[in-house]
Formats: sequence, C-alpha cells, structure tokens
Amino acid sequence: MTQTEFLDIVTPFKDKVFRLAKRLLVSREEAEDATQEILIKLWNNKEDFGKYKNIEAFSMTMTKNFCLDKLKSKQAQNLKIVHSNYQDKSVTLQKQVELNDSVDWVGRIIEELPEQQKLVLQLRDIEQYEFEEIEKVLNMKPTAIRVALSRARKTIREKLTKTHSYGVK
Amino acid sequence: MVLNEIEKLLEKYDNGETSLQEEQQLKNYFSKETVPAHLESYQTMFQYFSVTKEEQYTKDVPLKTKTYLYQWISVAAVVAIMFGVYTQFSGPSTIEEQLTDEQLLAYNQTVEGLQYLGIALNKGNEKMKTLNLVASNLNEGTEKMAHIGEFTKTTNKILKTSN
Repeated sequence: MTQTEFLDIVTPFKDKVFRLAKRLLVSREEAEDATQEILIKLWNNKEDFGKYKNIEAFSMTMTKNFCLDKLKSKQAQNLKIVHSNYQDKSVTLQKQVELNDSVDWVGRIIEELPEQQKLVLQLRDIEQYEFEEIEKVLNMKPTAIRVALSRARKTIREKLTKTHSYGVK
Repeated sequence: MVLNEIEKLLEKYDNGETSLQEEQQLKNYFSKETVPAHLESYQTMFQYFSVTKEEQYTKDVPLKTKTYLYQWISVAAVVAIMFGVYTQFSGPSTIEEQLTDEQLLAYNQTVEGLQYLGIALNKGNEKMKTLNLVASNLNEGTEKMAHIGEFTKTTNKILKTSN
C-alpha cells in the first residue's frame, strides 16, 4: 500500500479521531499527539487492513482505548501533585470569564461527564454515528448506549439552565 | 415546523430515542436565530455540537519510510561492490584492445620478427640433429676401433709368445 492510498483511507475519519481524542484528553496538544500515534499505528498495521470490515470503527475503538489508557496513567501521575491547589482559583476565574459564552460552557459541562457518556455523546451528537456503529466502536449494548446518551443530554441541559438562570440574576 | 412537534421530538431526544434524521430536523430548527425562551438551552447545545464538528486535525500525517530507505542503501552498496570487483578483474580482455594503432603495429612487427627467429632456430635445431647423428656414428666407429685395438693387443701377445 502506498502513502497516498493510505491517506485516501485515513483522511475521511482522521478529524473524527482527533475530535474524539480531544473530547477525552481535553488539551489540543495531547489530542494531536494521540492522533499522530493512532495514525502511525494504523500505518504500521496497514497490511492487516483487509481483515477489518470497518477501518473507521476499528480506528475509533483504537483511539478510545489509547486515550483511556493515557488518562489512567495521567491520573496515576497526578496523585503525586494533588496538593497544588493554587491553580483552582485561576481556573474558576477563567471559567467565569468564559461563562458569557454559553456555547463554550457546554464543552465544560461535557468535560465533567463520566467517560462512557462523553464517548457516546461525542459519537452520536457530534459525529452523528448510527447506533449500530456506536455499538461496534464502544462494544456496548444498544440499551446501555441509549441510557448513557439520555443521561448525558439531560445533565447538560440541567446544568445549562442552572448556569443560565444564575447568569441572568 | 410546529412547536408541538418539536417538543415531542425533544422529549424523544432526551430519552435517547431519536433517529439521526429526527436529530437533523432538530438541528435545523435550532439553527434559526429565535427560539422560544424555554428551549434556549437546547439551542446552545445544538450550536455547540455543530461548532465542534468543524474542528479539524491540522498536523501532518507522519509516515515513516525509513525502513525502505535502509533496504535500498544495502542494495546500492552491493551493486557498488559488484561493480568494483568487475572493473578490477575484467579490464579489456586481450592485449590488443589496450594498444593504440601505432603501438599495435610495432607489437605485430615484433611478434612477426620473433616468429622468424623461432623458425630459424628450429632449422638450426634440425641441423644439430644431423650432427648428432654423425657424432653417434663416429662414436660407434670409435667403439669398433676399440675392439680392433683389443684384437691387435691379443694378436701381439700371441705373436710375442711365439717369438
């Protein structure tokens, strides 16, 4: 497989990989690094492409696993510096500044959701995947997906109406 | 679209039961500028979703082709070595090819001269053979003379005793 053939396969979904990575890892730089890693892994396994029915779904699953692993190791690291609570104030200050932009606020609410809900919401409401595709990517049962999705949507809206009414007052 | 229908769809949406088409309808509805106040939170959500979908991966796709490069370097090295060996051991195959015309002429003349010399030497050799033959005949003659000498010795002895 040549580089151009590989790029033809990868280009349609590399942005989706990046957005999913960013949803989980939050920072843009980390998401870019993760996307790069995923693409390199795909390139190294390009001989096996024939075996997978759906390379996009396979790549999204890979991204999910990669990012969750990264988060785990990051949490392990963060335990060591848990006492540095200086940053807390600046973060809330920053949050308040951006509170006016309620669209940005949605992103911050999603950040606080459990990972499972983040994943489902990202794949459904942003990437607009069919439920069958989400089942494949996340290896979840349809009912579990619907429940996670419903919870995520409701939580976002509740928090949004709260901040909105507080903002108005 | 009628507000009533939208609210029904939103209820389905909250329960995670809408299809992609229905969600697209909602998106279209909320992309309008004005919506009823109690639906503003939905509008913010859908706006966020559309904005986020635009985000792109801008870095290059890094693909390593280094391994192939090394393979080609080794192939090139082998070719270079083979070429070196070839030029070392198989220059122009005969002496004639190395020489200019003038040198070739001189060379041919020398060869010719040496051949004549060889022929002359061979003739000399043949004559030497006949001489050898003569010499061997002479040797035979001398041997026979020796016999005669012996014969005369004995006859002399006989003659002496009889004397």
